[in-house]
Amino acid sequence: MLFINLLGALLIAAIVWWFWLYTPKRAQSTSNQIKILVNNGVYQPSNITVSAGTKITLDFDRQDPAPCAETVIFPQLDLSLALKMGQSNRIELPALSEGQYDFHCQMQMYKGKLIAE
Amino acid sequence: MSSKSKVKTQSFMIEGASCASCVSKIEKALASVEGVTGVEMNFAQRTVTIDGDVNSHSLIHSVTDIGYNATPMNSGSEQDALAEKAQADEAHYNNLMRNMVIALGLGIPLMLYGLFIGDMSVNTSNQRIGWAIVGLVTLSVMIGTGKHFYIGAWQSFKHHSANMDTLIALGTGTAWAYSMLVILVPNLLPEMARHVYFEASAMIIGLINLGLAFEVKARGRTSEAIKRLIGLQPNTARVVRNGEEEDVDIAQVQLNDIVRVRPGEKIPVDGELTDGQSTVDESMLTGEPMPISKTVGDKVVAGSINKTGSMLFSATHVGKDTTLSHIINMVKKAQNSKPSIGRLADVISGYFVPIVMILAVITGLAWLNFGPQPAIAYAITAMTTVLIIACPCALGLATPMSVMVGIGKAAEAGVLIRNGEALQSASKITTMLLDKTGTITQGQPEVTDISTFEQRQESCVMALVASLESQSEHPLAQAIVGYAKQRDYPLNAVTKFDAITGKGVTGYLNGEHLLFGNEALMHQFGIDVSVAVEQAGTLANDAKTPMYFAVDQKLSALIAVSDPIKSDSLAAIKRLQNKGIHLVMLTGDNEATAKAVAKRVGIDDYIAQVMPQDKVEEVIKRQKHGEVVGMTGDGINDAPALAQADVGFAIGTGTDVAIESADVTLMRGSLHGLADALAISQATITNIKQNLVGAFMYNVAGIPIAAGVLFPFFGILLNPVVAGAAMALSSLTVVSNANRLRFFKVNKSA
Repeated sequence: MLFINLLGALLIAAIVWWFWLYTPKRAQSTSNQIKILVNNGVYQPSNITVSAGTKITLDFDRQDPAPCAETVIFPQLDLSLALKMGQSNRIELPALSEGQYDFHCQMQMYKGKLIAE
Repeated sequence: MSSKSKVKTQSFMIEGASCASCVSKIEKALASVEGVTGVEMNFAQRTVTIDGDVNSHSLIHSVTDIGYNATPMNSGSEQDALAEKAQADEAHYNNLMRNMVIALGLGIPLMLYGLFIGDMSVNTSNQRIGWAIVGLVTLSVMIGTGKHFYIGAWQSFKHHSANMDTLIALGTGTAWAYSMLVILVPNLLPEMARHVYFEASAMIIGLINLGLAFEVKARGRTSEAIKRLIGLQPNTARVVRNGEEEDVDIAQVQLNDIVRVRPGEKIPVDGELTDGQSTVDESMLTGEPMPISKTVGDKVVAGSINKTGSMLFSATHVGKDTTLSHIINMVKKAQNSKPSIGRLADVISGYFVPIVMILAVITGLAWLNFGPQPAIAYAITAMTTVLIIACPCALGLATPMSVMVGIGKAAEAGVLIRNGEALQSASKITTMLLDKTGTITQGQPEVTDISTFEQRQESCVMALVASLESQSEHPLAQAIVGYAKQRDYPLNAVTKFDAITGKGVTGYLNGEHLLFGNEALMHQFGIDVSVAVEQAGTLANDAKTPMYFAVDQKLSALIAVSDPIKSDSLAAIKRLQNKGIHLVMLTGDNEATAKAVAKRVGIDDYIAQVMPQDKVEEVIKRQKHGEVVGMTGDGINDAPALAQADVGFAIGTGTDVAIESADVTLMRGSLHGLADALAISQATITNIKQNLVGAFMYNVAGIPIAAGVLFPFFGILLNPVVAGAAMALSSLTVVSNANRLRFFKVNKSA
C-alpha cells in the first residue's frame, strides 16, 4: 500500500511538473509571417517568439472541425478571428511591444502565446 | 448547399514562384486535382484563380506537394463564407452522429446485458475468451468513433497542455485498460474485483459524441444575428452605366456609381438619393419600426428595404465601407470580447484539467486506502467517473455564448454594443444623464412666439435678428434663420459680430447696434427688460426658450423658440424609471425652460445652463458618490462626457455616427433604444450568471459526488456512464441557456 501511495504522490508531482512547471520550447520565428496549424485540439506551434516592434502576420490553418477551434482570440490585443475550416485564415497583428501575448479559443482549451522580444 | 449552378471560383496567393516556368508547373498541378475545370495563374501578382467544385485544402496540397505555398485569398462574399461554414458544420454534425450511433450501438446492448442478463465478471476461461473478444471490439469502436479524443489528448499532452479530450481519453482508457487487465491476468486481482467496464467506455464515447453534435447545432444558432445582418446585403446591384441599367456583382459597385432600386428591393450600398422618392424600411438596421420617407438629397443605407417608389442614388460608401459592413464587423468583434464577470471562469478553466487529474489520483488513493473490498474496483470506478464528469467546456462556454447572443440580439434592436465590458457596465447603471437637445427633444428648434415692443413690424424685426443670427453656430440660431428664410426675409451682412458664450450675440447693421440673447446679456448691456419679464417667464414655464432682442439699447422684441419633445420620449423615460434608474436631464437652457421640459417628461432632477465642460464635471461628481453613471447624448458636443461616463450612449441616426467610438451606439433616434439597450444588457448578464452558477455548481458538486463522498453515508457511487451523460449535457445546457436569450423580447411598457 505504501508503494501505491508513493506512486500516487509521484503521479501528482508529475502532473504538476508537466502541465504547470515545465517551460516548453519556443518556436523562434525568423519571418514576420507565421503559419499555425489548428488541429487535434492544439495550435502548432503554440509557443512562438517574435521580434518586438514589427508587424506580424499569422496564418491559422484550421483542420480541426471541433466547434472550439472556430474562434481564435487575442485578449490583450482585443482581436479575434473566426477560422474557416480547411483553409488558411490570416490575421495581421500590429507591431507588438515586448511582452507575452496569449491567444486561445473561446474556452481556452486551445492555447498559445506569442513572446515579443 | 447552394442551388446556384454558378461554378465556384477560388483564388490563392502563391509563394515561392520565382520564375515564369513555375507557372506551368503550378497550373498543371492544380489542373490535375479532381473537379478543377479551369486554372489561371497571374505570375506578376503571384495569384492563381481556380474554377470548379473543389475543396480548397486539396488545392493547397497539390501546390505544397511541388514545393510552393498557396494561401487562400479572401475573395468570397460573407454569404459564401456563411454557406461554407454551414456546410462544414453539417458535415461535422453528421460525423458525430454516426460515431454516436456506432458507440451506443455497442454500449447499450452491453449495458443491458450487464443489468438484466448476466454479470460482467471474469471467472471462467470461457468468460475470459468471450470478454477478450468484446474488449477488442470495444477498442476498435473506441478508436473508430473516438479517434479525435485520443489524438487530441495526445497532441495536447505533448504540448504540455490538457483539455476535454485529455479527460475523456483518460477516463475511457482507464476503464478499458482495467477491464483488459482483469481478462489477461485475473489472478492479480481479488475475485470480487474481476469485473469488466467495456460498456462504460463505449457509452461515454457515444454520449459525448452526441453532446458535441447537439452543441454544433446549438452554436450555429448563436450567430443568427450576424447571419441576418449579412443576409441584408443583396448579392447584386442594378447600376446605370453608359445610360443603361445592368445588374452587377455587389463587389463591383464603385463610388459615385448611380444605382437603381425598385420597390421591394434591398438597397445594396450606402448612397445619396439623386432621383425619385420613396419610403425606406430601416428597421433591420436601426430598430425603428416606421418606414422613413426619402427624397432627393437624403441618405440611404445598404441593407434597408425600399418600400414604395423607384429611385436612383449615387453610391457614397461601397464594399467594406458601408454602414452595414461596419456594423457587422463591430458586432463580430464585440461578440468575441468578454465582460470581466467571466474572468474567474477563464482563470479556472486554464488550470482545470490538471486539477481534475490530480483529484482523480487522490480519489483512487483514498478508495484504495480506506475503501471497502474490492477496493481496486471501487477506485477504478470512482477515478473514471471523476475524470469524465468534470467538464471544462461548461465553464469556458458560460460567458462567450451569452455575450455572443446578447450582442447579436442588441444589434437586431438597433443597439450596437462595443464590447462585453460595456455590456456588463450597462447592466449596472444607477444614474443616467440625458442631454436634452436631440436626445429628449427632436433637436430641431422652431420659432413659436414673437412679441414686438417698438413700432417696427414683426417681419422687419425678424429680418434683423436673422441677419445677426446667420453668423452664429448655435442650434437656436438655425431656428431663427430658418424662420426668416421660409418667409423670404432679406438677410444682410452684420459687422463687428461677437458671440458672448452662454449669453447671446451682438453686432452692427446699418449703423444700429443689435443685441440678441438671454436676460443676462440684456443686464450686461444695461437694457431695461421689465416690460417683457413676465411674458418671458410664462413662455419659459411653457417649455419654450425666450430671448430678447434690443436695437440701440432699446428692447425691441421677445422671441421664443421651442424644441419639440420627441413623441416617444415620455414612454421611454417611464421605462427607464421603472428599472429604478435615476434620470438627470442636462441642458444649456435657462432654469425655467429646463424645469418645464423636465416636468413634461416626468424627470425630477435636471441641471440647467450647463456648458459642455460642466457635463464632464457632473459625471465625475456622481461617480465619486459611488454611482454607476451612464451618459446619453448625440455624440458630438457630448463627447467628453460620453467618454468619462461608465457607459456612453451615443444617439445617432447610425449613418454618420462614429460607431467605433461610443461604448453603445443607438442607431435609432428614440430613447426607447436606450431602454432596450439596458434591458438586453441586464438580460445577458443574468444569463451569464445563470451559466456560470450552473457550470460551477455542476463541477463543484459533480466532482465530489463522482469521487464518492456520498458513499460512506448513503452508499451512493456514480456510474461512469451517468458521468458521461452529465458531461455531454453540461456544455449543451450552457449553449442552450444562452440560446434562450434569442427569444428575449424587450418589453416596451415595462
